[in-house]
Amino acid sequence: MIPVLIILLYLAVVALVGGVAFRRGKSNTEDFFLANRSVGEMVFFLSLFATNMTAFAILGSSGQAYRQGIGIYGLMASSSGLVIPLTIFLIGTRLWALGKRFGHQTQVAFFRDRWECDRIGTVIFAVSALMLVPYMIISIMGGGTVLAHISDVRGTSAPFIPYWLGCAIVALVVTLGVFLGGMRGTVWVNILQTTLFLCFGLVAVLTISHALPGGFGEYVSKLGGDPQTRFLVTRERMPPQAFWSYTLIPLSSIMFPHMAIMCFSARRVTAFKRTVILYPLAILLIWLPCVFLGVLGVATLGKVGDPDGILLLMLEKYAPEWLAGILGAGIISAVMGSDAHQVLALSTMFTKDVYQHYGGRERYGEKGAVYFARAFIVVITLAAYVVALELKAKQGIFEIAIRYAFSGFAALAPVMVAALFWKRSTKWGALASTLFTAGCLICFALLQHYHRPGDVIWQIGHGKEAIKVLFINPRGDVSFWNGFMTVVPMVFGSAFCMLAFSLLTRAPSRQTIEKYFSSKRPQPTPLPAALAHTSS
Amino acid sequence: MRWIKPALLTLLVAVVYVLHQDFWNWRKFEPLVLGFLPVGLAYHAGYSLLASATMAVLVKFAWPVHLEDTLPYDPKKPGPPDPHS
Repeated sequence: MIPVLIILLYLAVVALVGGVAFRRGKSNTEDFFLANRSVGEMVFFLSLFATNMTAFAILGSSGQAYRQGIGIYGLMASSSGLVIPLTIFLIGTRLWALGKRFGHQTQVAFFRDRWECDRIGTVIFAVSALMLVPYMIISIMGGGTVLAHISDVRGTSAPFIPYWLGCAIVALVVTLGVFLGGMRGTVWVNILQTTLFLCFGLVAVLTISHALPGGFGEYVSKLGGDPQTRFLVTRERMPPQAFWSYTLIPLSSIMFPHMAIMCFSARRVTAFKRTVILYPLAILLIWLPCVFLGVLGVATLGKVGDPDGILLLMLEKYAPEWLAGILGAGIISAVMGSDAHQVLALSTMFTKDVYQHYGGRERYGEKGAVYFARAFIVVITLAAYVVALELKAKQGIFEIAIRYAFSGFAALAPVMVAALFWKRSTKWGALASTLFTAGCLICFALLQHYHRPGDVIWQIGHGKEAIKVLFINPRGDVSFWNGFMTVVPMVFGSAFCMLAFSLLTRAPSRQTIEKYFSSKRPQPTPLPAALAHTSS
Repeated sequence: MRWIKPALLTLLVAVVYVLHQDFWNWRKFEPLVLGFLPVGLAYHAGYSLLASATMAVLVKFAWPVHLEDTLPYDPKKPGPPDPHS
């Protein structure tokens, strides 16, 4: 009961912050979607980090570590620690500047202007929105599951907060926060959320180590000494091809609409400095304890029904109830921090890229756009909630969709790189790249649907020397050439499409190229001739 | 010689990227760093610190200073022609 009370208190604070932000807000889209581009340095870091961290960072990472071992940290966390800050440094800063100079509030608004295109922008919008929606749905599903888990009184089967109510609470609090506070409310809440889940790992490790007799080293040696569990503390069952492939996945981060939109909201470009340096450290703080404890769960708890709940089970066993509540709030923070940004991003995209672009502003003005955005937030969250309830049994489908969405957004990264750094890139290159990405996603989804894990679709040679060119890996993912992930052909194929189709088609007008590639440093006003003479 | 700094920084990023593939730790878990962290996990924890240090170097030596002078958008100023109108 105590954990539930703590979490409900936390949720009340989140809703309250949304209300306060509502009073501070103005009725224009710049304020509602981007907090008037006024987010300060530390808040920017905390908020950007919360935008990118989902429940997966805590529950999924420990669950995967329970299944696959310590390699999960190198596979998903340490590569992200380099690639994500690098993309924020190279792309995020440029996006921020273009947003400030030309008033862009979404990636699509930038693409439309950069490549003088209309419908192609709409295609990019549609593909991005379609890849983002499952992410949002699964956030609500994750929230419902976590609340049900945490409120499950020890020894009983009926949780105090059932799944449907947990989903409703998360959806309601997120909606209230975003509906009332917009970006301002969301980033304020992120300060609390990121602080909570950054502390989570350290507190969990200290608590559990205190409760374990003999210390961690003994358990790790035990796992390493047993041939059945040795793979958990090494990477002997992890294909090096997959390990390398995963270094391309973090390219998706900057292409996620909620991350790009967040980049537009900084007050000054210097806010990015602290963010890119602290980002790898924040990843370390969250992922290292979760992965380590996930592996340790095998030694301490043995076989469990739901590996994604391993951390919650360990907390239940080794932490006092009040602490489990605070840690539970940390997990819910991770769920809601990213979910709020996803809802806000979808609302921003629909309002700016569809509603306003196709005449909404002329007809109903800026205030009308904010009303539209708020109505959209309610509708999309309600729809996500209904889907989360109706398709609970098919949660796996959404998880697969998200896995592919990461590859899909990573494959769109060449579009952004070309838009920012290659003058000669064209809208046809962008269209080819986007359609290639969408086509790959559909093909891989069909392959996965019609084949079972372990199926080899195309193989060269026989026996031990055989090369599996196209197959479904034991986890059920489409893989290439003995273990490379789908993200590899998608990123390189998309880059090739961008290059080839741009070279084959006409470049944008000189006026547009000058607009985006002329020197951005304002020139000093020349002194009048007489004054110049005097001063010399 | 203006190319030396960008070349060195590009090389730094490339080396750090390659260091992620620590094939030499693939099949071993000992020594246990700090008495409990398997060596492969400790290596990648250290890699996160290296990534942070790399970003600090980039911020110090490759920061896009020109972006700090970006002038804010003024909707009243006539902008470039809208290609959709």
